[in-house]
Amino acid sequence: MSDIITLNHGSGGRSSQDLIKDIFIKSFGDPQAVLSDSAILNVNSEKIAFTTDSFVIDPIFFPGGDIGKLAVCGTVNDLSVSGAIPKYLTASFILEEGFLINDLKRIVESMAHQAKIANVKIVAGDTKVVHKGKCDKVFINTTGIGIFENDYKYISTGEKVEIGDKIIVNGTLGDHSIAVLGARNELNFKTDIQSDCACLHELIQDVLKAGMKVKFMRDITRGGLATVLNELAEIVNLGIELIEKDIPVKESVNGLCEILGFDPLYLANEGKVLMIVHSDDANTVVDILKNNHLGKESRIIGDIISDHPKMVVGKTEIGGKRIINMLQGEQLPRIC
Amino acid sequence: MKFINEYRDSEIVKKLSKKLHRYNDLNISLMEVCGGHTMAIHRFGIPFLLPKGIKLISGPGCPVCVSSVNFIDKAIALSEIDDVIITTYGDLIRVPGSQSSLEKEKSKGADIRIVYSTLEALKIARSNQDKKIVFLGIGFETTAPASAVAVQNAYKENITNFYLLSAHKIMPPVMEALLNDDVKIDGFICPGHVSTITGSKIYDFIPEKYKIGCVVTGFEPIDMMQSIDMLANQIFNSSQKVEIQYSRAVKRDGNIKAQAIMNEVFGNRNDFWRGIGEIPDSGLKLKEKYKDFDAEFAFNIDVETKPENPACICGNILRGLKTPKDCSLFNKVCTPINPIGACMVSSEGSCAAYYKYQNYE
Repeated sequence: MSDIITLNHGSGGRSSQDLIKDIFIKSFGDPQAVLSDSAILNVNSEKIAFTTDSFVIDPIFFPGGDIGKLAVCGTVNDLSVSGAIPKYLTASFILEEGFLINDLKRIVESMAHQAKIANVKIVAGDTKVVHKGKCDKVFINTTGIGIFENDYKYISTGEKVEIGDKIIVNGTLGDHSIAVLGARNELNFKTDIQSDCACLHELIQDVLKAGMKVKFMRDITRGGLATVLNELAEIVNLGIELIEKDIPVKESVNGLCEILGFDPLYLANEGKVLMIVHSDDANTVVDILKNNHLGKESRIIGDIISDHPKMVVGKTEIGGKRIINMLQGEQLPRIC
Repeated sequence: MKFINEYRDSEIVKKLSKKLHRYNDLNISLMEVCGGHTMAIHRFGIPFLLPKGIKLISGPGCPVCVSSVNFIDKAIALSEIDDVIITTYGDLIRVPGSQSSLEKEKSKGADIRIVYSTLEALKIARSNQDKKIVFLGIGFETTAPASAVAVQNAYKENITNFYLLSAHKIMPPVMEALLNDDVKIDGFICPGHVSTITGSKIYDFIPEKYKIGCVVTGFEPIDMMQSIDMLANQIFNSSQKVEIQYSRAVKRDGNIKAQAIMNEVFGNRNDFWRGIGEIPDSGLKLKEKYKDFDAEFAFNIDVETKPENPACICGNILRGLKTPKDCSLFNKVCTPINPIGACMVSSEGSCAAYYKYQNYE
């Protein structure tokens, strides 16, 4: 087998078959299984959660993860925050001609590893190869199915959110963005910050299984906490007040944000969940989250209030107030 | 964290706020002339902590806002040349020119790269000998020395494919222009970063000639609150002078070495300030010795810049005479997504800040 991806690997012929067998089936599947056009699944659930996401990132390997880990965790998390238990994933690859087979192997193995952690099966997939320069190394799409043990539809719609509910996050914000930025080598800085990329299914199920009154959940990805909270304020037509000093941000992340003119509230995360919880249960939820290694720095960071509906307002460290808007375009470093 | 959390201590801020409330009857307007201060004021919600009698007004301190439309048009024209790579700080990327923005041109395929320092731009020049690398020089005395160093290095190393398109400006002339205008300014919150380079001495003429106080200020909430207190105190006691609150970074004489490099490379010229107009000797241009690195000299850029919308009152807003609410375009035609005037262009601009906070402050 050659050591780089060639257009032959996408031809559908021998090379394609070899690639599927030697790399994908080896990591994801059952070597004895007959390759068919569809996966046939057993799903015992009246309702299912169904989601899809595509992953592009530069660089494809970064401290704390890689594009494959991201592709599994991203879709697992989208299912998990709906209250579903993730069961099956599909994985489709667009590969650039000339891409190293060894890199592909690393990515696929990383996906298999995460799938095992998340207890999901990767049951179908596809590969296309495009001419050099037509994509950046590798793009991955994953689609996922999850089942419900309870009717948690309200967690997605936010319909039960009410005044007095507490806002909880499971740890420090912005680690993923800064880790990736550092790995890009464009900025002459080195950091030991790792991406927080992780599957949150277990952490979330810990809370749901304990019968906690969770009213709303979202994973805090692109656009950051600020964007998710603005979406929520809009949906529920209530105000949101954040206590900025309680929002966990690593000192090193904060420092780089100061230098680059970024606001950590707008940075992307890949292993963070926002929970809106009934105030009676809030402290218990934080305790449950803290018992999981992905929730050690969980905190209550604010409240749902009646003031300023549809608006997110931060109480600043010094006791002032500021409006926290939705992200407008990509955050650009400010120099002047 | 060293030098951040110490200056965000809410107890100290509270004390300063309480202290400031004794000046409630003063009825004064203090102008900050640095975009960094405008950002900090909103980021920390400082207006909430001031008595009603102390008003903060934002001056022309955001270099992105005051850069002329013509400058952006020229940068775009340069980006359309085949072998040109435009290098720029991220700040400029979304600023609209007459027809387009660098961001839009980048999407269409122009080679426009965001850099974090001028030396990075120089590095791109070294590794792309067959291309011409233009760096867009914006900013006041803070960023001008960095541009000067890049030009000086290019000269020393005989790099022939590096050019500077300068929109660099300096602070004192615009402050004087505002004082000669009918703007009500009772004190200047002077820029911290500019002053690390220039020293506080550049403001000496302001209390001497105009009897207006100046306090060089840092960017943390305690810095800002303390400076406001110092200015109020000067006004209360009629003892207007130049003071340095930001003494951990700024000296009276500034950074002599940086000043020398700036003077070696740049000379003054009349410059156009978006929203304000032409101000004598307020811009920086490469000196004769470095002419070959001047993009305006090296490239024949002829752009036709459309006049700005006559209904836009940014000039009066930048001078503190009007507020965004007085403008007929504000929040109708002119929004952060479709900015018409200078003050809406950058997130540091008064209109953009006002737009964001209008329902609240």
